[in-house]
Amino acid sequence: MQVFVNEKIFKYAEISLFELHGIHKKDADVIILNGFPTNENAMLKDGDKVTLIKRGEVLSEDELENLMMARHTPQIHEKLKQATVAIAGLGGLGSNVAISLARIGVGKLILIDFDVVEPSNLNRQQYYVSQIGMRKTEALKLNLMQINPFITYETHNVYVTENNVENLFNSADIIVEAFDVAENKAMLINNVLSHFPAKKIIAASGMAGSFSSNLIQTKRPFENLYLVGDEVNEATFNCGLMAPRVAIAANHQANMVLRLIIGDDEV
Amino acid sequence: MVVNGKKLHFETQISVVELLVHLNLNDTRIVVELNKKILPKTQFTNTILTDSDEIEIVGFVGGG
Repeated sequence: MQVFVNEKIFKYAEISLFELHGIHKKDADVIILNGFPTNENAMLKDGDKVTLIKRGEVLSEDELENLMMARHTPQIHEKLKQATVAIAGLGGLGSNVAISLARIGVGKLILIDFDVVEPSNLNRQQYYVSQIGMRKTEALKLNLMQINPFITYETHNVYVTENNVENLFNSADIIVEAFDVAENKAMLINNVLSHFPAKKIIAASGMAGSFSSNLIQTKRPFENLYLVGDEVNEATFNCGLMAPRVAIAANHQANMVLRLIIGDDEV
Repeated sequence: MVVNGKKLHFETQISVVELLVHLNLNDTRIVVELNKKILPKTQFTNTILTDSDEIEIVGFVGGG
């Protein structure tokens, strides 16, 4: 029979959980059998999955990658690993998009922002009090490295204008528009669609306030333009941006990126 | 012409900029597709529309 030990396959005629523990990692103090932590011995069956963890142990890159890979779907993971996604703006939208894409293992993320972390960002953006004053590109890269150290991060601390769009986004397969200001959104989309007829951009418009989550949709107004949001509720003095709806919109964007990478271009 | 799926007819020739004014749209917060192709903002003034044209306009609001 075959059993999986820390995601690797081993063959045994007959073996108990504790025997396996003794052979593979006798200093492990956490034993997980088929997803459930256990302290009881049991005879193993064909196909059982055992994870042996020593608390506080720093894993080698290989071991950690193998364990993390366990949640990835193999054919999908290969496609994700080959993809390069650029995220323009690392605020409420961009920081949340980046975290989801890092978690699923998109091979390369290009992170672009000119700004630093401010206290007013913390109501919706993926930064910490200790990072106030840091460049968003640097702060987000540090946070993402804690989530997935096995993908490539490229950062650009720069203000995006029509003059640098071509250089910044040339190597990206897919572009995420995650700006705050409406004019900047329009500028980026105009220039990306004009310069790169083969690239797709996923933009967002209308996610302020606490209106129904279900008003936020993903649409495809142009062949290469996807648009997420309710298209109405802009950030104003009386209607601010808040974590839940911004993160909902961001993850609509992230899921559309995922769908495009695996070859499904329908919304 | 068809603008965002609706039929519109103008007695005189109209440019994209004039259409946007007619629709009361701010040209810095939109993107325009003319016959399924993106129309760069620099061409809004000198692009004259005809009855057979299909125009798709997407507007943006702030927040992110």
